[in-house]
Amino acid sequence: MGTIIEVKDLHLWYGQKEALKGINLDIQEHEITALIGPSGCGKSTFMKCLNRMNDLVKDCRITGSVKLNGIDIYKDMDVNMLRKNVGMVFQKANPFPMSIYDNVAYGPRVHGIKNKKQLDEIVEKSLRGAALWDECKDRLKTNALGMSGGQQQRLCIARAIAVEPAVLLMDESTSALDPISTAKIEELCLELKKKYTIVMVTHNMQQANRISDTTCFFLLGDLIEHGPTKQIFLNPKNPKTEEYITGRFG
Amino acid sequence: MMGENAIHNSAVGQSPDSSIELHISRSRKIRGGIWKGLMIASFVIIMALLTGMIGYIAYRGIPTITWKLLSTSPSVLNDTIGILPNILNTVYIVVITLIFVLPLGIGTAVYLNEYATNHKLVSVIEFAVETLAGIPSIIYGLAGMLIFVQAMKIGTSILAGALTLVVMTLPTIIRTTQESLKTVPNSYREGSLALGSGKWHMIRTVVLPSSIDGIVTGCILAIGRIVGESAALLFTAGMANNIMNFGQAFAPNHAGSTLTVALYMYAKERGEFDVAFAIAAILLILTLVINFAAKAVAKKLKKGTSAD
Amino acid sequence: MDTAAAKRFSHPAEKIWSAVFFICGMIAIAFVLFITVFLIISGVPAIGKIGIVDFLFGTTWASTAAEPQYGILPFILTSVYGTFGAILIAVPIGLLCSIYLTKFASGRIAAVIQSAVELLAGIPSVVYGLVGMILIVPWVRETFHLPDGANLFSAIIVLSVMVLPNVISVSETALAAVPKEYEEGSLALGATYTETVFKVSVHAARSGIASAVVLGVGRAIGEAMAVMMVSGNVANMPGLFRSVRFLTTAIASEMSYSSGLQRQALFSIALVLFIFIMIITLLLNFVFKRKKD
Repeated sequence: MGTIIEVKDLHLWYGQKEALKGINLDIQEHEITALIGPSGCGKSTFMKCLNRMNDLVKDCRITGSVKLNGIDIYKDMDVNMLRKNVGMVFQKANPFPMSIYDNVAYGPRVHGIKNKKQLDEIVEKSLRGAALWDECKDRLKTNALGMSGGQQQRLCIARAIAVEPAVLLMDESTSALDPISTAKIEELCLELKKKYTIVMVTHNMQQANRISDTTCFFLLGDLIEHGPTKQIFLNPKNPKTEEYITGRFG
Repeated sequence: MMGENAIHNSAVGQSPDSSIELHISRSRKIRGGIWKGLMIASFVIIMALLTGMIGYIAYRGIPTITWKLLSTSPSVLNDTIGILPNILNTVYIVVITLIFVLPLGIGTAVYLNEYATNHKLVSVIEFAVETLAGIPSIIYGLAGMLIFVQAMKIGTSILAGALTLVVMTLPTIIRTTQESLKTVPNSYREGSLALGSGKWHMIRTVVLPSSIDGIVTGCILAIGRIVGESAALLFTAGMANNIMNFGQAFAPNHAGSTLTVALYMYAKERGEFDVAFAIAAILLILTLVINFAAKAVAKKLKKGTSAD
Repeated sequence: MDTAAAKRFSHPAEKIWSAVFFICGMIAIAFVLFITVFLIISGVPAIGKIGIVDFLFGTTWASTAAEPQYGILPFILTSVYGTFGAILIAVPIGLLCSIYLTKFASGRIAAVIQSAVELLAGIPSVVYGLVGMILIVPWVRETFHLPDGANLFSAIIVLSVMVLPNVISVSETALAAVPKEYEEGSLALGATYTETVFKVSVHAARSGIASAVVLGVGRAIGEAMAVMMVSGNVANMPGLFRSVRFLTTAIASEMSYSSGLQRQALFSIALVLFIFIMIITLLLNFVFKRKKD
């Protein structure tokens, strides 16, 4: 397993406020990396640097470098191609108000695939990949907004993997779901990591402990500690990490 | 429960790492550029239309606006044209319409927002209001002629025209009043009722005063519609150009044409295009003033609610 | 204070005012009923005398001939073609402009367009008619080498300008209401901003845009004065470069001197126009609004 994303000395300002204060981190291929920390610590901001969603924020300034397979994502590639390779699943499921089929086919179509047969294959493959095929193969043409919350979130995962990304970012993607749907998605993540690299922001310590391979603890814009999840949870080096994990603040 | 599929899947997929495309395809860039070009073109078309129209009307109309035109009646003997009667008639129609439509419109809005408890009735009333808003002015003109001029025997008159416009502008007043009634916080109402005042007292002293801006906006919009209206007045208020006083305007059988109707008659029937453009310039200035006033009031309304 | 509270429910003024407001509330319904009833009473007799088929599908309108004919198919078709043409021009331009306004333009430019659109909406229709008469009609005559430029084509141009503000403001509201999450979802998949707006935002706002189109149809089909001034006002079967009469102008142009069956037939035309408008209102209320919920 090699490094897929390499972050060097990443600083980010929202206007005058420094939200990330020099982050250095290597993210390993085919692992689940969990970003934890109290609200406002910069973990979401950091994750959004990886697919440049921060570009949408006004007055947002970034220095340092982020490399995907050795390519600087801020300098050497179009943001659209970056996002094709680094997919994202949001906190709240946000399927488009279209049919299930059109939701999944949206990305491939945008990236130039027009062939109906090819699209059919991609849709089926992606829905299978998101463990949703059996539930919705008979109603691909119905509106996606009619699905349950858990199904909608898995549809968003299917939509994201339809463009064959290398990395999948998940921004607290289970926080709005019930325990059963959450368990389904966690199980799914463990399958997905065989093919993709997953970076997830989570507030749920048990979740990070259950499924992640590496855990990164953020506090006030700094990356305090990162390492194998077991080590972070059983034997944290930094006292602040221990305090947070054991629930003394946050 | 999904293990098998996913495993099968991961075997099929190839690793995308090896071949990352760095730039989006040219055809996507070109298509994006075309859409942007089309949007900017349509924006340019609209701005050109507007500036062209305003410029042309100002160029043709403003030089022909003279004091004599504004302050006299048309005279067949001297072969001169004056639009004073039309200006007065426009003012009369605006005033008379508002006298009737304001209480009715505000009353309806108050009923819908404060009194009505039956949901079905409310939706029927709202549907009726919507219907009234969609009826074309020529049909208002015809219905006004049938109902006010003939059935109620008011005759072709400013009054009949104004009554027709009451029906036509009613939706405007109802809607804007309703909008601003909705922004009055419930705590105001409860506060007043808790002090023991009756519902009507509460509405009069608390609800209506705090939604006055919305009512004023409605008034301004209604004035805009009245000033610009012509088809509804052609067969109700008539085409006469005589000076009359306000008392006569309120009496049956005193016909009179407003500025818009006069514009139509001068342009279409008499070929007096200079006068028509002078009136058009005046109407344009009025439209500008009305739009500006409506915006100013709406701005004040926003400030008022955000301060709460 | 206590006495006031005690009086609250028994006070006769309260009852009177509540009745007054109730009557106000009923008045809109009453107006609609009055208009409907009067149009039906006045419009139906002529249709009976002429025969509904001859009236609706007769291709000749010769109300003042020795043997008068009252076929309004020319008017119906002119109104339909004219409206269709105006929508065909106004919807693409208006939609593109409202997309630009809501999704691309900077605050200041958006404010400028906004005021421009409001001004266009506020200009009286006779002013549009006047400008059309003086600028468009001669231009059409010269460009297409016609004996007279007052025809369906000129009317379509004027109508499309008049419909533009309606299309823009309604679709603008619909586009502005599209949740940001949809757009973020599309951007995160690697779509460009332009692709996102045109493929997701417009799609999400489609029912609002549809009602903008229907409202535009309503405005175009009901417009009378501006059309009267530029369409030539002859009861021909419609052709792009023929002088024509719309349903609205058919009513307006003969009302002042008509009598007898001719006058009644004009009311019948109004009834037909009213039915068109009612269909549009019903469409707006029951098809598009229901969809939203």
